[in-house]
Amino acid sequence: MKILVPLKRVADPDNANKIKVIAGKVDTTGLEFKPNPFDEYAVETALRLTENATNTKARLGEVIVVALGPKELDTTLRGALATGADRAIRVDTTDDALDGDLVARVLKAVVEKEAPDLVLIGKQQVEGDSNQVGQLLAEYLGWPQATFAGSIKSEADKALLVSREVDGGTLNLKVTLPAVVSVDLRIVSPQGAKSMHTAATHAYPEGVRFAALMAIMAAKKKPLVEMKLAELVGDASLKVTYGTAELPPPRKAGIKVKSVAELVEKLKTEAKVL
Amino acid sequence: MANTLVIAELHEGKVRKSTLSSITFARQVGGTFSILVLGAGAKAAASEVVVFGAAKVLVADDASLKDYVCERFAPTIAAVAKGGFDTVVVTASSYGKDLAPRVAAKLNAGYAPDISSVHVDGNKRVYRRPMFAGNAYGTCEVQTPVHVVSARQTEFTAAEPSGGASPIESVAVAAPDAASARVEFISLEQGKSERPDLGEARVVVSGGRALKEQFAQVLDPLANLLGAAVGASRAACDAGFAPAELQVGQTGRVVAPALYLAIGISGAIQHLAGMKGSKTIVAINKDGDAPIFQVADYGLVADLFTAVPELVGELKRTVA
Ligand SMILES: Cc1cc2nc3c(=O)[nH]c(=O)nc-3n(C[C@H](O)[C@H](O)[C@H](O)COP(=O)(O)OP(=O)(O)OC[C@H]3O[C@@H](n4cnc5c(N)ncnc54)[C@H](O)[C@@H]3O)c2cc1C
Repeated sequence: MKILVPLKRVADPDNANKIKVIAGKVDTTGLEFKPNPFDEYAVETALRLTENATNTKARLGEVIVVALGPKELDTTLRGALATGADRAIRVDTTDDALDGDLVARVLKAVVEKEAPDLVLIGKQQVEGDSNQVGQLLAEYLGWPQATFAGSIKSEADKALLVSREVDGGTLNLKVTLPAVVSVDLRIVSPQGAKSMHTAATHAYPEGVRFAALMAIMAAKKKPLVEMKLAELVGDASLKVTYGTAELPPPRKAGIKVKSVAELVEKLKTEAKVL
Repeated sequence: MANTLVIAELHEGKVRKSTLSSITFARQVGGTFSILVLGAGAKAAASEVVVFGAAKVLVADDASLKDYVCERFAPTIAAVAKGGFDTVVVTASSYGKDLAPRVAAKLNAGYAPDISSVHVDGNKRVYRRPMFAGNAYGTCEVQTPVHVVSARQTEFTAAEPSGGASPIESVAVAAPDAASARVEFISLEQGKSERPDLGEARVVVSGGRALKEQFAQVLDPLANLLGAAVGASRAACDAGFAPAELQVGQTGRVVAPALYLAIGISGAIQHLAGMKGSKTIVAINKDGDAPIFQVADYGLVADLFTAVPELVGELKRTVA
């Protein structure tokens, strides 16, 4: 199976409370860039779907990672190559030249060139939380979509059984490839995703795999090609533009209570919520 | 003048209360609006939303819409939208988030996702939305003639009926996307629960990793007593202590109840993003430095395994 995985980098999400807003613009100076966590999960899922878990060195498919952005994104792409992805594409552009719709249209052009069987994408990038590119891409390609996948099982690489995490439960779909699948958190659980080659009983370690030092060296030799946005889409206009940003209003400082009795008393007489 | 199409979400043959948030959005935008109720059983459910002042309640009821498959629902929404609507709104539930971008792409429309408010200034409309896990708010404008919007349920209070009776009209069900031939709906598994939905509950009792296998044993008596919905942190869900659909946070459900109790939850940025809007927040944690105390109105530094049963006892004694 050939899988395309779009990647984005984000300002360290575990320190998002340290961002500033300067002159109406979000400023993330001082925060390290990290791969968007959901994209890391998508890479892990793609690797699981293109291997037999008992011998992960032998690749049984191809994983292509693709990023849109400036040269610094090569670091993000090399990181994914080091964990096992086979090759990388960077579409040269800058973040403020993009909106979700244009990202989807660029990815469509990449898909048409590469003809993957599957696009695996993070359900959202945790800066904008827009949760849209997978769905837009599916429509532009005329492919089925399965969003918020908490588990994926391959049926002979012709179709995927996808459990979608939805409000109040799980919605199970079977999609025939090619398709777009967006992944949710639980996809990297031990039973989250499995290829047709991996034994049904196999349990993966929780989370994503890390790159060994040797693999980091080897990843430097894996192919990474640069494409120009203008070669992929004729119309680079944006459908949504962003204006000024602001910080959220601060929450009034609370108090510590000394006992359960005091807590109940406060909830009754002060907060009046009981 | 705006003409907005509100997409109702059906659940077990009834219009979900979350739909009322989209109606509030439509009222704020001004002009006129209609409500599209689609799915099997839509005909029967349509009467539930005739009292909100919609120009029309449109119904697409068909066996092909029995189970939710995006590729079957989106074409009908897009076709109806093309009949004179300049805005399509759906509440940002998992249903709305799955559906809205696909509809936007069909309409060649810009999509403003998960917005927290809208500011209308003549012909200009500015959408405000939380970003960076709620640590900043961004504003955006849609540059296309048609706008597709998903509205955050916690930020748009449920619309109250305004009386009258909107006429109900059937609309044609559009041909499904060709891609729908490659999607097979298998099943919808839902936790059966007598409790209110997380998004609608007045009180939410949430538990974290600390609860371990005793998650339900410790929290259920408290939730039952308060008539609360139960929520959980990602760590509790990932570990299997609570089902995934209970996850509250940036990447789970966003809640804003009158009272939120965070029990054995550290208060990671991603968790706070989903509950910071609650009116009153209570935290019970044995670590006095846990970040959850920074947003808690009332913090209790204690072992939850003794504090929660004690709280149940105290509530029974003094409130019930
Ligand atoms: C991409 C991504 C998305 C995420 N999305 C979400 C999300 O939507 N929602 C979410 O919740 N998280 C999310 N997370 C995870 C988040 O970063 C935290 O890891 C998670 O919220 C921690 O859960 P927790 O507070 O239960 O566990 P911990 O951080 O382990 O905290 C447990 C707490 O319990 C306390 N404790 C232990 N024993 C006791 C006791 N006996 N009595 C009282 N207190 C006790 C401890 O002091 C501690 O504060 C996400 C992470 C990533 C990377």
